[in-house]
Amino acid sequence: MSLLTFCEWLANTPGSIALHESIYVYPVIESIHVLTLCLFLGLAAMLDLRLLGITLRETPVSEVADRLLPWTIAGFVVMVISGAFLFYGIPVRTYQNIFFRIKVVLLVLSGVNAFVFHSTVYRKVAEWNLDTVPPIRARLAGGLSLLFWASIVVAGRMIAYNWFDKPL
Amino acid sequence: MLFHFFQWIENWGLGEAIRESKWLFPVIESVHLLGLAVIGGAILMVDLRLMGFGLRRQSVRQIAGDVQPWLIGSLIVMLISGFLLFTSEATKCYYHGAFWVKMTSLALAILFTFTIRRSVTRADADGIGLARSRLVAVVSLALWSGVGIGGRWIGFS
Repeated sequence: MSLLTFCEWLANTPGSIALHESIYVYPVIESIHVLTLCLFLGLAAMLDLRLLGITLRETPVSEVADRLLPWTIAGFVVMVISGAFLFYGIPVRTYQNIFFRIKVVLLVLSGVNAFVFHSTVYRKVAEWNLDTVPPIRARLAGGLSLLFWASIVVAGRMIAYNWFDKPL
Repeated sequence: MLFHFFQWIENWGLGEAIRESKWLFPVIESVHLLGLAVIGGAILMVDLRLMGFGLRRQSVRQIAGDVQPWLIGSLIVMLISGFLLFTSEATKCYYHGAFWVKMTSLALAILFTFTIRRSVTRADADGIGLARSRLVAVVSLALWSGVGIGGRWIGFS
């Protein structure tokens, strides 16, 4: 089964149709998805800015990371679930949308960036925990994270516009 | 009177340019959303701390001071990008309840943030007592949520 046939199958499930035709549920989920940006990305960006050495410079990096982590994880979970519902309501069009595809690629890249950061330079955080300006590899990870997530937000917003939709 | 003002703004060259362009509105919206993430983070850092969560080992005063430039900077970005979006559809906003909810919440949120909340974060809230600093955080979060929810709802008509 191709991804497209899967999306077509998904679009014909009762839940997807109900979500698609709902007057309030879809906008409410959209609102949750957008506003959770504050919790997830707002706090993740604060950590990235700390890694860049431009805010919370007197707070140990590991403390910013540890104390904000439960909140960013909670925000991320809400983002993923609400995002999955948004996809579930309009699967075929979303799957074919160029901005959705760009967004998926960027999500993978930001995941790779976070993984590399945690499994390399962050392992030795004790050595640079108190540095007002962390080492270059940490700054690079923070900068890339900000770049990827900002692009994800823009791509996500653009999914709603239909410039590149295939004419029906 | 006010309606005429809104009409005038909408017919102003800027609003017209944004309406006629395919890209301008979505691009300004994106800037508005990026500002949302930053202002959300800047507010949450302090409000979480006021509630006794987040960076508990740092003083409220220090966190508030550290995030202050980001709060002010993102607020300016939000106000400018929001105003541009408004100019392109001012009369629609006039008739939209959500717009007025948003503007009322925004005025109250800004007022509260730069008066009561500021005095609490500057006085180092640890001396104020958890109950009171929690109340300040809850009011702040409620007002700013009103701005966000109202804003998102303007897009649904």
